[in-house]
Amino acid sequence: MAVKTTVTPGLIFRQAGFNLSPRVDQVGIEERAARFTKRSIKKETKVNGLMLALNMIDLTTLEGKDSEGKVKQMCYKAMHLLDTYPGLPTVAAVCVYPSMVKTAKKALEGSGVKVASVATGFPSGQEPHSVKISDTKFAVQNGADEIDMVISRGKFLEGEYNFVFDEIASIKEACGEARLKVILETGELVTYDKVRRASDIAMYAGADFIKTSTGKVTPAATMPVTLVMLGAIRDFYFSTGKKIGMKPAGGISKSKLALHYLVMLNEILGEDWMNNHLFRFGASSLANDLLMQLMKEKTGVYQGKDYFSID
Amino acid sequence: MANSTIKTSSISSNQKKSIKAIGKIDKEQSNGVPSKRLEILKTYKIYIGGAFPRTESGRYYIAENSKGEKLANVCLGSRKDFREAVVAARSASGGWSGRAAFNRGQILYRIAEMLEGRKAQFIDELVKQDSSKQEAENEVGLSIDRLIYYAGWCDKFQQLNSTVNPVASSHFNFSVPEPTGVVSIIAPQDSSLLGLVSVIAPVIAGGNTCVVLASYSRPLCAVTFAEVLNSSDVPGGVVNILTGKISELASYFADHMDVNALIFCEHQPDIKKMMQEKGSLNLKRVVFYDKINWLTGDGQSPYLIMDTQEIKTTWHPIENIGGGKSGY
Amino acid sequence: MNHKGINMSIPRNNTLKLKFDSARKYAPAPESRAAAKIDPRYDLFINGKFEKPLSKKYFDTINPANEEKLSEVAEANAADVDKAVSAARNAYNKYWKKMPPKERGKYIFRIARMVQERARELAVVETLDCGKPIRESRDFDIPVVGNHFFYYAGWADKLEYAFPNRNAQPLGVAGQIIPWNFPLLMAAWKIAPALATGNTVVLKPAETTPLSALKLAEIIQEADLPPGVVNIITGAGATGAAIVNHHDINKIAFTGSTEVGKIIQRVISGTNKKATLELGGKAANIIFDDAPIDQAVEGVINGIFFNQGHVCCAGSRLYVQESVFKEVVRKIKDRLETLIVGNPMDKNTDIGAINSKQQLDTIHKYLKIGQKEGAEMYQSSCDLPTKGFYCRPTIFTNVAQSNRIAQEEIFGPVLAIQSFRTDDEVIEKANNTPYGLSAGVWTDKGSKIFNMTTKLRAGVVWANTFNQFDPTSPFGGYKESGYGREGGLHGLLPYLTLQSIS
Repeated sequence: MAVKTTVTPGLIFRQAGFNLSPRVDQVGIEERAARFTKRSIKKETKVNGLMLALNMIDLTTLEGKDSEGKVKQMCYKAMHLLDTYPGLPTVAAVCVYPSMVKTAKKALEGSGVKVASVATGFPSGQEPHSVKISDTKFAVQNGADEIDMVISRGKFLEGEYNFVFDEIASIKEACGEARLKVILETGELVTYDKVRRASDIAMYAGADFIKTSTGKVTPAATMPVTLVMLGAIRDFYFSTGKKIGMKPAGGISKSKLALHYLVMLNEILGEDWMNNHLFRFGASSLANDLLMQLMKEKTGVYQGKDYFSID
Repeated sequence: MANSTIKTSSISSNQKKSIKAIGKIDKEQSNGVPSKRLEILKTYKIYIGGAFPRTESGRYYIAENSKGEKLANVCLGSRKDFREAVVAARSASGGWSGRAAFNRGQILYRIAEMLEGRKAQFIDELVKQDSSKQEAENEVGLSIDRLIYYAGWCDKFQQLNSTVNPVASSHFNFSVPEPTGVVSIIAPQDSSLLGLVSVIAPVIAGGNTCVVLASYSRPLCAVTFAEVLNSSDVPGGVVNILTGKISELASYFADHMDVNALIFCEHQPDIKKMMQEKGSLNLKRVVFYDKINWLTGDGQSPYLIMDTQEIKTTWHPIENIGGGKSGY
Repeated sequence: MNHKGINMSIPRNNTLKLKFDSARKYAPAPESRAAAKIDPRYDLFINGKFEKPLSKKYFDTINPANEEKLSEVAEANAADVDKAVSAARNAYNKYWKKMPPKERGKYIFRIARMVQERARELAVVETLDCGKPIRESRDFDIPVVGNHFFYYAGWADKLEYAFPNRNAQPLGVAGQIIPWNFPLLMAAWKIAPALATGNTVVLKPAETTPLSALKLAEIIQEADLPPGVVNIITGAGATGAAIVNHHDINKIAFTGSTEVGKIIQRVISGTNKKATLELGGKAANIIFDDAPIDQAVEGVINGIFFNQGHVCCAGSRLYVQESVFKEVVRKIKDRLETLIVGNPMDKNTDIGAINSKQQLDTIHKYLKIGQKEGAEMYQSSCDLPTKGFYCRPTIFTNVAQSNRIAQEEIFGPVLAIQSFRTDDEVIEKANNTPYGLSAGVWTDKGSKIFNMTTKLRAGVVWANTFNQFDPTSPFGGYKESGYGREGGLHGLLPYLTLQSIS
C-alpha cells in the first residue's frame, strides 16, 4: 500500500527551497503604492477611516526606560483616547516588553484592549533559541494575548530559510493560544524580493500576522513594503484559505498617511481585512494626530497639540 | 570568357547577326561542324529564393543596346514571379535580420570580393550595354567600392542612429533601428550595375530582404550580379532579382500586402503617384531616389540605410533600492 | 533538495472571493470647475488673432460626462484653411525662417513655462471637454505637455549636432491633425518639434475636444509668438481634408485612425508633402509565469484602462502563460472591482467618460461581437452614471486569435485575454496583426526580455512596465501603425529635409 501523504502548500514551498515566491518589481510596486496616495478621502469616508485607524492602533512603548508607571498611563490612554469626544473606539492593543505584560494586563482588564508583547530577543533577535522560547512563554504566561516576534535576519540573509521557518514554527507552538505577529524588519532585508520571501516563510511557518518593523531600524514601514506584504497575504489566502493579518509599524504618525494605508488595504485585500482583527498600526504618536483630525472634522477648526494628552 | 548571352533555343534569324558579333561563331564550317569550339551561351534567368528559375510566364524579351544590337534573351517577369519572390524574401527575413550585424558585414564584403573576381565579365557586359571601356571600368570599380562601403556600415549605422533616452522616470530607455522587413525595389533604369548595387546594398546592410526589378533596358549585369550573390554566402531569398517591365510590375510592387517598403528610382510622376496610392493599402514606406546621381558621393550614405529602418524604443524599470549611489 | 513527487507550484484556489464593495464608495472629491474659464464661443486662431470663421458656422462641444454644452467653436471651411495656411506661409517667410534659432527656442521655452503656470486650468478644461479623469489630466497630460515643449525648445539651436554631415532645413508649413484622446498632449507633440525645427503650423484639434488647443492658442498669443507661426483652427473631417489637400502645405502630421491615415497617404500621393502618421494599434501584453505577477497585473490594468482605453498603444491583447493564467485572470477581475468609474472631475475616478456617443456605440458594438464570437465577457459590477457616456471596464476570456475583438482596434476599456505555452508561440501570436505600435513583456528573466523585445514587431516595447511616455523617447509604429517618430532626437527628422553638405 502506498502511503498517502498530504502535500500542503507549505510543504511544497519548503521543498522548493522557499524559492516559489514571485518576484517584485521595485518601480512597479512603488508606482502602485503611490497611486493609493492619489485617492482623495473626504467627509464621512474620512471620519470613518480615522475612527477605524484609531481602533487599529497597537499603542506602543518599547524603551529601555519603560516603567510600570509609564505603561499604566499608556493603558489608560488606550481605553480613554479622548473622553470629550463621545463614541470613540479604543485602540486595538498596547504593545510592551514581556516584563510589562503583567502590569498592562491588569490595567486593561475588562476593556477588550489586547496586550501584545514583543519577544524572542526584541529587537535584534540575536538570542539563543532557548531564550527566545522562554521569553515567549514568559510573556504568554503573564497574560499576553499577542506575541510580536522578530525573525533572525542574519540567518535569513545567509539563506538559512529552514532555520527561520523552524524558529517561527517553534515560537508559534510556544505561543499557545496567543496570536503570533512575525516582524520581518524589512529595513534590514532591503529588497522587496526578500520581503516577499520572508513574508511567505513567516505565513507558511504559522504566523497569524506579519509585521514590517521593530521601529528601531530605518526605514520602518513604508507603503510599498506594506503593499508587498499585502500581496503575499492575498496569495497565501488563495493558497490556503487562511486570512493573515498585517501590521505596518514605525513611521506612521500622520492621519493622512494612515488613511492612505487603509485605502491600500481596502483595495488589495478588501473589506474582510478592514478591522483590527486583521490589520494594525504599530504606532505611538499616530493616535493623537487622528484625534486632532477627528476634532477638526467635527468642529471645523484646525487643532493644536496642547489640547491632546501625550501619553 | 563564357559570356555569350543568348538562349540557343530561341535564336531567331534576326538575332544571328548579333550572335556573330557576340559569340564569335566561326563562319567557316565544314560538314556543319564548327572549326573552332562552339561557346556555351548563357541563359539569363531570374533569381528567386537563391535559385535561378525561368519566369513562370514563359515570356522573354530581347535586350538590345542603343546600336540596336541584340544582347540577350531576358525573362519578362510576371506578377506571379514577383509573388514568389516576396514569399522567398519574407521567409529569408527572420534569419537575415537576426544575423549578427558583423556577419552581414562580412557577407557584403564577400559580395564585393566575388564582384572583384568577375570584374572583367561585368565590364564586358557594360560595354555591350553602351558604356565606354573607361566608363565601364569606373562603374564596376565604384560598385565594388560601394559594397565595401556598406559592408563597413553594417555594424555601425545602428550606433549612429541609436539613442539612450534620458527619461524623467526610473526607467532605462533606448531606441535602435531595426529593418522594416521586405522591401520591393525598382532599380535605376539607366544604370545596369552601379544603380542596382547602390539600392540593394543599403537595404540588405540594414537587415532587410528585397525583391528588385532590374533595369529593363540594361538587364545583363543584374542577372550576372545574382550569380555573384549566389556564390557569396548571401542566403537565398535575401535578394531576389527580377527582370521585366516597370509598366507591368510597378503596381504589384506597390500594393503587395506583405511588402513593408518600396523604393523607386525613376522620375515618373504618374508612377510615383500610383505607388503612394497603392502603397497606402498597408502603409508602405515609399521612398523615391529620383534625384540621386549614383556616380557621386551622394550615391552612398548611412541615411540611405535609415530609409528602410524602423526605430524601436524599449523601456525597462531601473531598480533603486536603499538609495545606494554609484561610487563617485 | 529533493523535489521528487511534488508538484512544484503552489496551488491556488481561484474560487475564493475578496470583497471590494466598499472600495468604490469613497465620498465625492470633485475638482473645482471654477478653475477653468471657458468662453461661450471660440473663433479661429489665425495670424495671432481670434478671427470669425469665413464659414460663419459654429458647432457645439459638450462635456461627455454629462452631455452638457461647454462652448461653441468655429467650423473652418476651405477658405478659412486657406487663410490659416497663408498666414503660416507668411510667418514662415517673414519671421520664423529668418529668426536666429536660439530666439526660436526661447519662444518655445516661454510656451513651456506658461503651460506649467496654467496647468490646473488646462487640466480642468481637458477633463471637461474630453472626459478623462482629472487625476490623469492633472498628473499626466498637462505636465507632459509642458515637458514636451521644454524638451524641443532646447533643440532649436542645436540641430547641426543631430544630423552629422547634413544640413538640416525646415520643410515650411506643417498641417497637423490630432485626435481626441490626448487633445493637448497631441497638440504639444505636434507643435513643439515643428517649431523647434523652424516650421510654421496649422493645427486642427479633434471636433469633440477643441477647447484645450484653443486655450493653448491663448497662451501662444500671450507668449507673443510672431503672428501666424502657429494657427489653430477647429472643425471636423472636412476641415482636416482641406488641410491635407491644401497645395501650399509641405508636411502633414496626423495622429488618428489607420483608416484615415491610409486616406491621407493616398490623397497626398503625387505631391511633395511629407507625412508622419501615428495610427492605430492592437498591442500585445505578454505575461510569463516568472513575471512579477502583481506588477504585471497592474501593468495590464494601466495598459488597457488608462484614459478609458482611448490610447492607440493600449495593451488591448493580453497573452498569459498557461501556468499562471487562472491566477492572473482572477487578479485582473479583483482589480476591476476596485476601479472607480464615473465623474471625471472627481479626483478618485479611475475611468472617466467615453469621449463621444459615437465612440460608445462603437465599443458596445464590439462587446456584442465578442460575445457573439463565443468569448466570455466579464465586467466589473460598478454602477454607471445615468447621464453621459460610460462603459464598464471589460475583459474577455476564451478569446481566439481570429476573433474580431482580438484583431481590431476597439479604442475602449476592453481587454481580450488569451493563453499561450511557449515563447515562440506567443511571439508569433503577438506579431500576428497588421498593427505594430507597441507591446509589453513581463518576465523576471533578462535574457528572455531581450529575446522578446527584439522579436516583437512594434515601435515601442515596454518590458516589466507599460504605457510610459517621455519627451526624450521616440514614439511611433511599425507596419499599419504608421510611420515617422514623435519624441526624442528621432522626432526632429520628420520636420526636416537633410541636405548634403558637399
